Amino acid sequence: MSALEGYRILELANERIAFAGKLLADMGADVILIEPPGGDPSRHYPPFVDDEPGADRSLWWWHYHTSKRGVVLDLDKGEDRERFKALVAGADMVLESEPGSRLADLGLDYEDLCRLREDLIHVSLTPFGRGSANANVPVTDLTIMAGAGPVWSCGYDDHALPPIRGGGNQGYHTGCHFAVMSALTALFYRAGSGQGQFIDVSMHGASNVTTEAASYSWLVANQTVQRQTGRHASVDPTGDTQMRCKDGRWVNTGVPPRYPVEFARMLEWLNELGLAEEFPEAVFLEMGAALDGQINLSKIGVDEEIAAIFGAGRSALVLIAETISAYDFFIGCQSRGLAVGVIYSPEEAFEDEHFKARGFQVEVRHEDMGRTFRYPGAPYKLPASPWAISRRAPKLGEHDAEILGALRG
Amino acid sequence: MTLSEKHSSAGATTPGALAGIRICDFCGQLAGAGAAKWLAAFGAEVIRIEDPTREGRWDILRGIAPFVDERRGINLGGGFNNHNTEKYGVTIDVRSKRGKEMLAEIIRQSDCVTENFAAGVLERWGFGYEALKAIKPDIIYVSNCGFGHVGPYRAFKTWGPIVQAVSGLTFASGLPDEAPAGWGYSYMDHTGGYYMVMAILLALLHKTKTGEGQWVDLACTESALSLNGPVLLDWTVNHRPSRRDGQPDSNHSLSPPMAPHAIYPCEGDDEWVAIACRGDADWTALAGMIGETWTADPSFASLQGRMANQEALDRFVGAWTASRDKFEIQRQLRAANIPCSAVQKPQERVDNDPDTAGLWPAVTHTEMGEVRVDGIPARFSKTPWRIARSAPCLGEHNEEVFERLLGLSANDVALLRAEKVV
Repeated sequence: MSALEGYRILELANERIAFAGKLLADMGADVILIEPPGGDPSRHYPPFVDDEPGADRSLWWWHYHTSKRGVVLDLDKGEDRERFKALVAGADMVLESEPGSRLADLGLDYEDLCRLREDLIHVSLTPFGRGSANANVPVTDLTIMAGAGPVWSCGYDDHALPPIRGGGNQGYHTGCHFAVMSALTALFYRAGSGQGQFIDVSMHGASNVTTEAASYSWLVANQTVQRQTGRHASVDPTGDTQMRCKDGRWVNTGVPPRYPVEFARMLEWLNELGLAEEFPEAVFLEMGAALDGQINLSKIGVDEEIAAIFGAGRSALVLIAETISAYDFFIGCQSRGLAVGVIYSPEEAFEDEHFKARGFQVEVRHEDMGRTFRYPGAPYKLPASPWAISRRAPKLGEHDAEILGALRG
Repeated sequence: MTLSEKHSSAGATTPGALAGIRICDFCGQLAGAGAAKWLAAFGAEVIRIEDPTREGRWDILRGIAPFVDERRGINLGGGFNNHNTEKYGVTIDVRSKRGKEMLAEIIRQSDCVTENFAAGVLERWGFGYEALKAIKPDIIYVSNCGFGHVGPYRAFKTWGPIVQAVSGLTFASGLPDEAPAGWGYSYMDHTGGYYMVMAILLALLHKTKTGEGQWVDLACTESALSLNGPVLLDWTVNHRPSRRDGQPDSNHSLSPPMAPHAIYPCEGDDEWVAIACRGDADWTALAGMIGETWTADPSFASLQGRMANQEALDRFVGAWTASRDKFEIQRQLRAANIPCSAVQKPQERVDNDPDTAGLWPAVTHTEMGEVRVDGIPARFSKTPWRIARSAPCLGEHNEEVFERLLGLSANDVALLRAEKVV
């Protein structure tokens, strides 16, 4: 039995809220996606299946609307507003990201809807929160992340290069994560109390509290972090953590060896690769292996011997990286207890044996095309109430008859 | 309601949305502690269990910067205080026989056990899922570790940047032909925590309906991989890899196509502005505002043309922004209905931005005094969040919690302390 089986959720189509609806639908909620006539603009976002544009061919649309059913309603028209209200009467939740005062102007805001369904949960996810002076300011994922903090912390050591927006619509995703945590919290409260409520989530706020030390360095100590290549933005500069391996691909080296056993394993690895002879600092690795306990990092600046040992650990990593592929470096380090990561492209991660073994690749049938495609799978595993893609994304108005028809009946 | 009241919950009288839920919590760092922070803010009783023999140092944030002043120590880490508000803190040496008995009794009275250790740690202490079920048959157990408890890499170690590297997120952040820029913070510690919150709440909802508990094996790398979205379908459906010429290029936008769409230099030291023209209307408005001859170049007339000539377009736009103030550009473009935002520095968005008013509640910490922390960007009409209590000092609530749950007196606790059990 899915965790959210039996809950009906109405989602007003908008690119900003789409992912929240997917997260709930893939956990078994009956999510009804409501589009205006002509469809939501994101139906036309590339890429397209076989690179042929079409309202039902957008892979953006396919991804963000799995497990949902779809109907068309023109909320600017009275009769469709009545249909919407009839749907609300039978729904548990409304999810929306409508601009400014649109819902209030239509007589469809929470104050109106909770009269139709007393225990309704209404989750509003808007760029700056309801009631903001900027409620009508247009935003995109880029501008949200620029204003809310993530962009300031990402980029390169060279500050002549612009700061960077991390890819993949993560500003939208973060807003949706807060919308879903809010929705589930409210559902749990309703299960015990019978009470619904209105929840006002701010995308700008969501990314503001998703910046780790950038926010709390300021809150606690009035300090400002500065961006660095591929590693944490920091008040004080820190050492590189990315290296390019023999195959030209990158790895994140994490923290270099600190424990005696790690120095011993590095030395052993150099020997296995036949590199120990050409590594002049091997003696310091031996000294590291003989240390009594882990290196005290605060002594690196004051104790020359400790600095030499620590430096040798890092140099050994560099030498090995220059000799083998990024993947072999990742596996080699991890199997020796060092927290290192290969920097995969998304599709390389998708094809990795670990994620395959965990069942991350799932198949979704597109019966209309007579084809089956592999989709990204569950973000978490709840064995008693599993995640699943129950159906492909809906075509425009695909479920008008079965959902709106049932209202008339 | 004023803006400053907007996010806060001062004076709330309704019980928290999660009141009555008790969490036996081993979470630390950010990936775990951030999750339990949400639960505590909505009224769950989160009992954070730490190791007295190592003074809770498994959570390195306990004792590292930022600090409020020159004092240092395991109760003074600013990040730790930020991530552990509204929780109870107790110490139990779970390797000792008496400690195991105490822990088992706390678990028996809890709804959920949460942890983000490396795979297998709790099991080695004798508290794997089977043991937890033996103590409480309907227990919810949520483990959050980098690669999860199942699969070939289950023994591998991670922290935020490693999770981001292995899942494609680091690769997808950067300029073409440069090193990966990645994420200047542990995006996946925050976000892994969000998935942990969802998993706990989903499991609680399932238990409400069925009476059944379960073990959620959350692999942070898997949550991260699921955030690559349409790029993965472009691979599986069209066989187009994202490792290709010209990619990654994450300040630009292919899906949906937008141009100009980038981060441009402004007047001053390291000042930048983000501009996104969604279509011809935004571009026409921006071109009119700039009013220079190059804007009439026919190669920029269509979206297709602007996408194809984005490098030249960015140079022109950047030359226009470079001599202007970022907030003035933001004001002008927003007035013309063009998406635009200054790249805000921490001080600007925390102290000077009306849209974050109320988002930084102050807590009073036993040793640090009054400190502001991250709040929650959601206003609940019936069950507002509350963040008023600071993170616990090490073992701060031993007496209170052990009396309430285990019926121990202050004297009993003093003896346990002397025996180094707590």
